[in-house]
Amino acid sequence: MSDHATMQAIARRVPQGARVLDLGCGDGALLDLLQRERGCSGYGIEIADANVLACVRRGVNVIQLNLDEGLAMFADNSFDVVLQIDTLQHLRNAEVMLRETARVGRSGIVAFPNFAHWPNRLSVLRGRMPVTRRLPYQWYDTPNIRVGTYKDFEVLAGKNKLRILDAFGLQDGREVRRLPNARAGTAVFHFEHD
Amino acid sequence: MSFIATPQSMHFAEALALQSGASIRDYTLAYETYGTLNADKSNAVLVCHALNASHHVAGVYEGQPKSEGWWDNMIGPGKPVDTNRFFVIGVNNLGSCFGSTGPMHTHPDTGEVYGADFPVVTVEDWVNAQARLLDCLGIEQLAAVMGGSLGGMQALSWTLQYPGRMRHAVVVASAPNLTAENIAFNEVARRAIVTDPDFHGGHFYRHGVIPKRGLRIARMIGHITYLSDDVMNEKFGRQLREGMQLKYSTQDIEFQIESYLRYQGDKFSEYFDANTYLLITRALDYFDPARQHGGSLTQALAAARARFLLVSFTTDWRFSPQRSREIVHALLENRRDVSYAEIDAPHGHDAFLLDDARYMGVVRSYFDSIAKEPT
Repeated sequence: MSDHATMQAIARRVPQGARVLDLGCGDGALLDLLQRERGCSGYGIEIADANVLACVRRGVNVIQLNLDEGLAMFADNSFDVVLQIDTLQHLRNAEVMLRETARVGRSGIVAFPNFAHWPNRLSVLRGRMPVTRRLPYQWYDTPNIRVGTYKDFEVLAGKNKLRILDAFGLQDGREVRRLPNARAGTAVFHFEHD
Repeated sequence: MSFIATPQSMHFAEALALQSGASIRDYTLAYETYGTLNADKSNAVLVCHALNASHHVAGVYEGQPKSEGWWDNMIGPGKPVDTNRFFVIGVNNLGSCFGSTGPMHTHPDTGEVYGADFPVVTVEDWVNAQARLLDCLGIEQLAAVMGGSLGGMQALSWTLQYPGRMRHAVVVASAPNLTAENIAFNEVARRAIVTDPDFHGGHFYRHGVIPKRGLRIARMIGHITYLSDDVMNEKFGRQLREGMQLKYSTQDIEFQIESYLRYQGDKFSEYFDANTYLLITRALDYFDPARQHGGSLTQALAAARARFLLVSFTTDWRFSPQRSREIVHALLENRRDVSYAEIDAPHGHDAFLLDDARYMGVVRSYFDSIAKEPT
């Protein structure tokens, strides 16, 4: 999900000059954008060697860490915004990391592929797991260890007493605010903790 | 074949005050430089060495094709720290035995060889001595200070003692202090040396002997801790040195690993100074920047201004990734710029001296980004 329009849509949610922690920051493109265009500072967390290298090459701070080991290194409320962009589907315990995100950040932004997007539903109705641009993997060979829906996340956020500041879908780089659970390939939630 | 390196030396008449309260005067530092200092003197990189290394970081000596510097794979033209762009300085530390003033040299007050009377030097003292050398070379601010292991401790200490004198610090396979286990290994090595009958309380030079037995054992134990269990098993396993039959001897070499360790010990005892070994392991033991801050590394690192790159290796149990993470944590608490790579390499502590594409790649990329930034 590194296409420019999508990144811009996420970046718009991040306040100018914010201190950002990007969990699963990939090649550091989003942090780079936030630093250059929004005067942000912060760190990315990555486990993959190639991504760590790409971040270092860009001059983006990156810390090589397995998110499944938790965020013990980071103090409560030590960041303005904690990002989890296309990370949740790779984590063994997404709920623990959601709580950690809420603990470490004054606010959190989570984005992930919305499995309830209508083409996915159609595919399952036909009896097959979807293979789409957004979920391009075969069910038997995928880095995603779970799929979830926009609505599922609303329920999980409620269970963890997170206050949703904004929530919307993203499709082709555009915000989807009407029926996002059916009409958007990506779910985006901006939240804060009590 | 690497480039030709030329050792140089600088004499310092003026006394250097040491952390212990003692001082040292009329001392010499051996150093080497590679590459060219640019017009605004902004491209200098200081490389700090670890226990048994020296100022000979890269290149080979004229007519000695096998004399590569200890970090020749890392530093040189086109290498990760590219001497076509950076002016790299290697300095032999005070108390070492490769050209800088050490226990084997003459005490200017007594006219006798220092021996055991060489003052105890700390990481902080070395950094102060290196800073003086940079003054003489006309370098006000380094592009980066870097080092591995004990060298990494010096790089870290630089950022606290002279926060304005470098833009970046590269700290590889290092730690904010030694653990009890680590001090214990050093102590075993020191006892091996001190209890060697040829040690003579550190004044063995007068007796025309060298405590080689102690040095051999010190090196053997050190060497074990620099490797990983996996790599040792892979390299030696339970292989016998000769044939397939057990000799049922308690004193002969039976296993390959014994033969290897004895060889390493023998080699080391031929070139390394016993007093230097004591001094350098002590400097390792003493290093603990958090000590003056009630044990808080976060408070200690508040002084740092540099941007940091830290690298550790997963199988390094002497300077484990956890220790590097402590430094990363303290830097995060201070909101300093830091990147951290944890390289999944099998070679234990020694990995910091070896070729690993991911490790070399990260350092190369980091120095590429330094080269690109405005000064």
